[in-house]
Amino acid sequence: MKDRSMVPKAEFESYYGRPIVRPPVWTHDIASYLFTGGLAAGSALLAAGGQATGDVTLRRVGRMTTLGALGASTYFLIIDLGRPERFHHMLRVAKPTSPMSVGTWVLATFGGVAAVAGAAEFAPLLPSRLLKRVLPPVGDVAGFGAAALAPALATYTAVLFADTAVPSWNAVYPELPFMFAGSALASGAGVGLIAAPGKPARRMAVLGAGIELVAGHRVEHGHGLLSEPYQQGRPGTLLKAARLLTAAGAVGAVLGRRSRVVSALSGLSLLAGSALTRFGVFEAGVASAKDPKYTVVPQRERLERRSASSP
Amino acid sequence: MGSNSLYGPIDPATDAGYVDAPPRMGFFTDTSVCIGCKACEVACKEWNAVPDDGFNLLGQSYDNTGGLSANSWRHVAFIEQPVTSDVLGSVSSSKSPQFLGMPTSEPPGKASPGPTSDFRWLMMSNVCKHCTHAGCLDVCPTGALFRTEFGTVVVQQDICNGCGYCVSGCPYGVIDRREDDGRAWKCTLCYDRIGDGLTPACAKACPTESIQYGELSELRERASRRVADLHSQGVPAARLYGHEEDNGVGGDGAFFLLLDEPEVYGLPPDPTVATRDLPKMWKRAGLAALAMAASAVVAFAGRRG
Repeated sequence: MKDRSMVPKAEFESYYGRPIVRPPVWTHDIASYLFTGGLAAGSALLAAGGQATGDVTLRRVGRMTTLGALGASTYFLIIDLGRPERFHHMLRVAKPTSPMSVGTWVLATFGGVAAVAGAAEFAPLLPSRLLKRVLPPVGDVAGFGAAALAPALATYTAVLFADTAVPSWNAVYPELPFMFAGSALASGAGVGLIAAPGKPARRMAVLGAGIELVAGHRVEHGHGLLSEPYQQGRPGTLLKAARLLTAAGAVGAVLGRRSRVVSALSGLSLLAGSALTRFGVFEAGVASAKDPKYTVVPQRERLERRSASSP
Repeated sequence: MGSNSLYGPIDPATDAGYVDAPPRMGFFTDTSVCIGCKACEVACKEWNAVPDDGFNLLGQSYDNTGGLSANSWRHVAFIEQPVTSDVLGSVSSSKSPQFLGMPTSEPPGKASPGPTSDFRWLMMSNVCKHCTHAGCLDVCPTGALFRTEFGTVVVQQDICNGCGYCVSGCPYGVIDRREDDGRAWKCTLCYDRIGDGLTPACAKACPTESIQYGELSELRERASRRVADLHSQGVPAARLYGHEEDNGVGGDGAFFLLLDEPEVYGLPPDPTVATRDLPKMWKRAGLAALAMAASAVVAFAGRRG
């Protein structure tokens, strides 16, 4: 039963079993970034919702989480570079063919407005009366700005992974952005459930978890041989655990609405689920690049289909 | 950027904005005459000051390099195969590999004829393909990778910050990040030599003209003649790899004549530049982003404003 595969054992040739495409040189820092970036996006939406509905706690917690997640994101992105001291070389071009360049500019802009919104929460503590008056409304504008950019921040990372020769990342490009968007929503809702549980956070939890689970199911089962790395080995285990935690978090968010403790546990479960989703997707891609089977067999099948259709 | 910059046959230098670009230059590597001497590997390291790749015994025939990497920009692959009659019609078709015997001091032809062999070696000097649509170049976020006037693809080492995206962008697994250095490295097609009209170091050193350097259009003609010759000489397995302008990367600037399927040499059978589907990918991401925004609105709907 374990690691059961729907795909017949593939026969293929290779050069001493060596990989053809090069396995990513990225480390788990990038998987962590996927999580923190998604968390920043999800909590920015939560903060903007709190802002729009006059829920001060939700707004404050959302903005502070965004700031923290943003700091962590920047850290993970920079230490994963081969030359961290050259991180600013990312800013010398804006290149539409590079999802990483697009993402850099999205993150930089998002970071700017999210920082202003976060700073506005400290206005009452400031000595200047002018700043005390001006900062909150400016922060509100910035908060909505951050919320407007948040969906781009949460989904560009899916394009970043898909636009590679890594077989199992490339193949799932139609569903991966939905999986990441749902995961980001679920993690943002998780923060809300821990700090200020209420109807909006619960709804967000259910919607986010739902999107993540449906899209994730298609990633894990809809792509034949290239879905295999999402089911097997360590990535398979990670994703299975992620599914359980995410589903449990969403169910707990609804059923535990009268209990602060159950809500907080559900929030934690959603956050853990979101993080494991990112690590699972990351590792599945790496596994698919390491085994030449995932490069050769789908390409062979494509060639055969092509020669069959044009005699 | 032209309308079909992401896919299909184009002239890469012109597409990159060069006016009056010189002809596109490239390599034709004819593996049927490769003798596996590795002079190309050595010459490349010498000229480009590429560090060693470790001195390892890999147990892969005579290949102790393993593959292309940040520290190996030419790599000679060795494949030991039982020969079947459909590959070389005249040779016996028994399947099991055989010991080839030790080299002798006698000149070829003088030595007493040994037992006939049903075994062959394939040797191939692999290199960066300098794709028309280069995955590494497309995804590079710093502009460190650029298209030269010769249509080749080169890393500017003073710009690269080692983000590693190009490594995953290459459908051939060529470009690589050097561990102690942190930056991405690969074949430059000797950009510093060809600008002065010199031949790249590997092609210059190749004793059998297995590696041929020149104008890509001329190399393509030469290659198709060579394949026809081999076919007429009874080597039906000879085929070109990477020469077609309508392949998944819009044609390779470095292409090959192979004697078996590409994957036998560690090459992808039908590589495609991932950026081909980039517009579709952004569209899906846009839809997902909309779904995410809508979910947030729904979550807060009905609350007091």
